[in-house]
Amino acid sequence: MYGDTSIQKPIKIAEPTSAEQAKLEEIFQQKIDDDIKIEPQEWMPAAYRKTLVRQMSQHAHSEVIGMQPEGNWLTRAPSLRRKVILLAKIQDEGGHGLYIYSAAETLGTSRAEMIEQLQSGKAKYSSIFNYPALTWADMGTIGWLVDGAAITNQVALSRGSYGPYSRAMIRICKEESFHQRQGYELLLTLSKGTKEQKEMLQESVNRFWWPSLMMFGPNDANSPHSAQSMKWKIKKKSNDQLRQEFIDATVPQAEFLGITLPDPDLKWNEERGHYDYGAIDWEEFGNVINGNGPCNKQRIANHIKAHEDGAWVREAAAAYAEKQQKKQVA
Amino acid sequence: MTELNKVNALVQYAAQIGDNGLIIGHRMSEWCFRAPSIEMEMALMNCALDLIGQARELYTYAGEAGGEGKKEDDFAYLRDEQDFRNLLLAEVPNGDWGDTIVRLFFMSAYNKLFFTELAKSTDAELAAIGAKSLKEVTYHLRFSSEWLIRLGDGTEESHRRAQKSIDDLWAYTGELFTMTDAENLLLEDGISVDVTALKADWDELVSQILDQATLSVPTNNWAQSGSKSDGRHTEYFGYIITDMQYLQRRYPGCEW
Repeated sequence: MYGDTSIQKPIKIAEPTSAEQAKLEEIFQQKIDDDIKIEPQEWMPAAYRKTLVRQMSQHAHSEVIGMQPEGNWLTRAPSLRRKVILLAKIQDEGGHGLYIYSAAETLGTSRAEMIEQLQSGKAKYSSIFNYPALTWADMGTIGWLVDGAAITNQVALSRGSYGPYSRAMIRICKEESFHQRQGYELLLTLSKGTKEQKEMLQESVNRFWWPSLMMFGPNDANSPHSAQSMKWKIKKKSNDQLRQEFIDATVPQAEFLGITLPDPDLKWNEERGHYDYGAIDWEEFGNVINGNGPCNKQRIANHIKAHEDGAWVREAAAAYAEKQQKKQVA
Repeated sequence: MTELNKVNALVQYAAQIGDNGLIIGHRMSEWCFRAPSIEMEMALMNCALDLIGQARELYTYAGEAGGEGKKEDDFAYLRDEQDFRNLLLAEVPNGDWGDTIVRLFFMSAYNKLFFTELAKSTDAELAAIGAKSLKEVTYHLRFSSEWLIRLGDGTEESHRRAQKSIDDLWAYTGELFTMTDAENLLLEDGISVDVTALKADWDELVSQILDQATLSVPTNNWAQSGSKSDGRHTEYFGYIITDMQYLQRRYPGCEW
């Protein structure tokens, strides 16, 4: 998921080195237990800070890299209405990226550092954006499934313990839910269209279904350091819980579209009150996370190229600002 | 060719203004994930949204004025290259950030003067579109002027690049102030804008900003034209249309 960091090496939790520090940690944990938000200027354990920076930067990177598959269809949108919807959606995502980078900066890591980590491969972004957007239907599917999965996770994150992040999530969720409805409406139009449009819809969902489920991260059994994040209320629900919520909400929507989901084991379990689903291909997930997805190289190369091509522009802006400042002082 | 009358002249006129918005908006949207920073990218997308929004209103009005039941998408997706009458300046490739800013600046300076006048059109619908668009292009002018000044008065490299962009694009600015037969016909009733009368103000506005940017106004005043009057485009234009119309052409008659 955008913010699930269980795909990375766990962050070491240091034992308190003094009685004073133990006391600080106790007060900190008490605040969290009492659902009091942690604010930037307050004391927090180093590992809490580090975990959040990692999660938030990963989330911001996902928003920014996520602009690429959609940007791939901007010039080919089949109606002016769809074109402006897509433009506005991508613009929102850029805004989310900025918003979360700023929230992460409150923890003392600069945006430049975070971008450097993205480009060097040290920081991750959601695995889903390493899949290509190949047809127009993908613009709907990404809205419906990818933003849908994002919302499931972000609603939980909006109740997280770090103030700036949780507040950012509240606002972002509103926009994401709008995107999800727009994506679904696009697909609904295809579902009422010609045979070719219906095939385009089904083919797209077939490609995106499993990668969307992988967005929630590894199964709980393979997500050992989630426990600490739950204790700190950085994470409010487990990967499997969120995945199940998403599936339960999505299956009826697929039925309404008149499409099938590519999982023969997907069926309602009366006893559990949930849908059962088939085994996720974690080998594929691991591959995509570790650089072997269809678009990993392309996504990062594009990001680096834009950054390098724009260096002279940023330098010009900085030089101009400096000149202006000197003039003011003089 | 159909003889020009006041109805088809109005359709042509509304569509032609719309073409400028759509094509330059399309070019702006090509910057997605390619801009020097997220802030700049979002600003360009904002401009693109405004410009494509203007095109939608103008196409819708052109469709209504024509009385043949044409919709906005018929204009964007089902006309051939030569039917588009946008300014050449709108369609030339984005180039680097300097080229994009200079194009937007030249165009926005023109748009500001143009929409100020269109807002006074005797055609109520065009006047309303003019008034609304004026607010948008005023922001585009501010944004592009600020950037041009930064580039011109930034580093040695940015100054050199910005001057080159100005020199390269200058040849396309002459077409801004040419009148088509349709424009001349509509001018009799005060519907269209006399764009020849905008030239002096445009020159002044442009030289004022270039001066602030420590850049020079080119002296070669040879003007490239042909698109606005006859639909003779640059070689680049066919690719814009190919991309844009691909789905509509491949799957005719579908709802999207």
